Amino acid sequence: MAVLIRAFGDIDVAEDAVQDAFAVALHKWPRDGLPPNPGGWITTTARNRAIDRLRRESRRRELLSEASLLSPGHDDPGIPEEVGPVQDDRLRLIFTCCHPALSTEAQVALTLRLLGGLTTKEVARSFLVAEPAMAQRLARAKRKIKAARIPHRVPDGHELPDRLRPVLAVVYLVYNAGLTSPSEPSLCLEAIRLARLLATLMPDEPEVAGLLALLLLTESRRASRLRPDGSLVLLGGQDRTRWDRSLIDEGQAIVRRCLRRNQPGAYQLQAAINAVHADAATIEQTDWSQIVALYDQLLEVAPTQVVALNRAIAIGEVEGAAAALSLVDELDLDNYHPFHATRADLLRRLGRNSEAAAAYERAADMAPTDAERDFLRRGGRASR
Amino acid sequence: MTKYLLSVHSVEGEAREPMTEEDMRQFMERVGVLEEEMKSAGAWLFGGALHQADTATVVRMTDGEVLTTDGPFAESKEHLGGFYIIEAEDLDAALAWASKTTAAVSKPIEVRPFQHVSEA
Repeated sequence: MAVLIRAFGDIDVAEDAVQDAFAVALHKWPRDGLPPNPGGWITTTARNRAIDRLRRESRRRELLSEASLLSPGHDDPGIPEEVGPVQDDRLRLIFTCCHPALSTEAQVALTLRLLGGLTTKEVARSFLVAEPAMAQRLARAKRKIKAARIPHRVPDGHELPDRLRPVLAVVYLVYNAGLTSPSEPSLCLEAIRLARLLATLMPDEPEVAGLLALLLLTESRRASRLRPDGSLVLLGGQDRTRWDRSLIDEGQAIVRRCLRRNQPGAYQLQAAINAVHADAATIEQTDWSQIVALYDQLLEVAPTQVVALNRAIAIGEVEGAAAALSLVDELDLDNYHPFHATRADLLRRLGRNSEAAAAYERAADMAPTDAERDFLRRGGRASR
Repeated sequence: MTKYLLSVHSVEGEAREPMTEEDMRQFMERVGVLEEEMKSAGAWLFGGALHQADTATVVRMTDGEVLTTDGPFAESKEHLGGFYIIEAEDLDAALAWASKTTAAVSKPIEVRPFQHVSEA
């Protein structure tokens, strides 16, 4: 589909054409047998059908002349070969979906719909939005791409760092949506799939590798994050035998490669922190000093309050709860429930129990999932 | 190629020191350089600064008659300071011009694509 979007610059035309082509394929292939390059066959068939549609519509002269250019035999080097760089077109599509002229919501919706292949209904459900509203969001975004002529191209070298940022952010957002929406764990797998695609398409971008490693290492702990009753298990209480070692191995291998490259960035550093956790057989064996050192670096490249909070937690493990609490109290994160949860835990460790209880209550009120809310209401203790 | 409108927006009453003569001179120079660049790149179609909003007049149909009113259309504090009409390959190219424009005039620029534009 990415090939056709590039050829036609019109996502709706491309989508309809692909649907038609698949319909024809379902009819023909059982009868005639699979062609040697099924993907390419779909592209050619879809292209022909799209040409037919464009001729039928004949809205504007420009479109008609484009259609005639697309008949086979025309030697325009811009026309994609069926067997050729479909991968490049997927890369172009990612950058189009994540163009800065589109809102983050539109970027996420388009990426899931066009790259993830989710239906509009599935995308709507993932983000707790009504289906008609999501359909409208997608339609509006596609209209804007077409009307404003958002180009379908991979940004040039000098633009790449700025343009890559939203792409990685969208994939990360999709993964996190999968974590906090227990009804859509498939979003996590979708995000990993997208991260793998990006890593394949951009093997020289260290932050792309970093994101993939981060997602793999986070995903490795999935089986141990929740109890059967849906309640949350903190890192310290997780059964590490249930961590997925193959995901850990893969993630750690990527982190090692990133370390050798020595072009650190936020995603690589977060991945490295997760890799250190994955190295420890139990929470007590965690190399917290290494984690603090990594957070020091992370705070430099990503000087956000949330990073400062997570660093403070690590400092708490090395220097004690009092040191951590004084760092945490300097932060301005009143609307962020992990801030209150962290304060609560530190206060509890310092024996300041009534303050701890108040902080747990604050955190529970803001918690996004039932599992977290219950956990916090129980004062951060596991249920019996 | 698509035609885009780059409109310059000012907000009335925004705390701002009035421009000194030197500020004004530098402003005109920046704008001059920008417009020259647009012209030599073949992007320039038309553009310029408008007189202040209170020099405007609005004409509209009301009850089958043409009504003429003194003042700008928008009663809000936001007013159009001027605009450029450019031709560009795609939105990225238009945004690049808009970035240069906002740097030159120190005001937000809205970039909007034209639908079909009839030729003279």
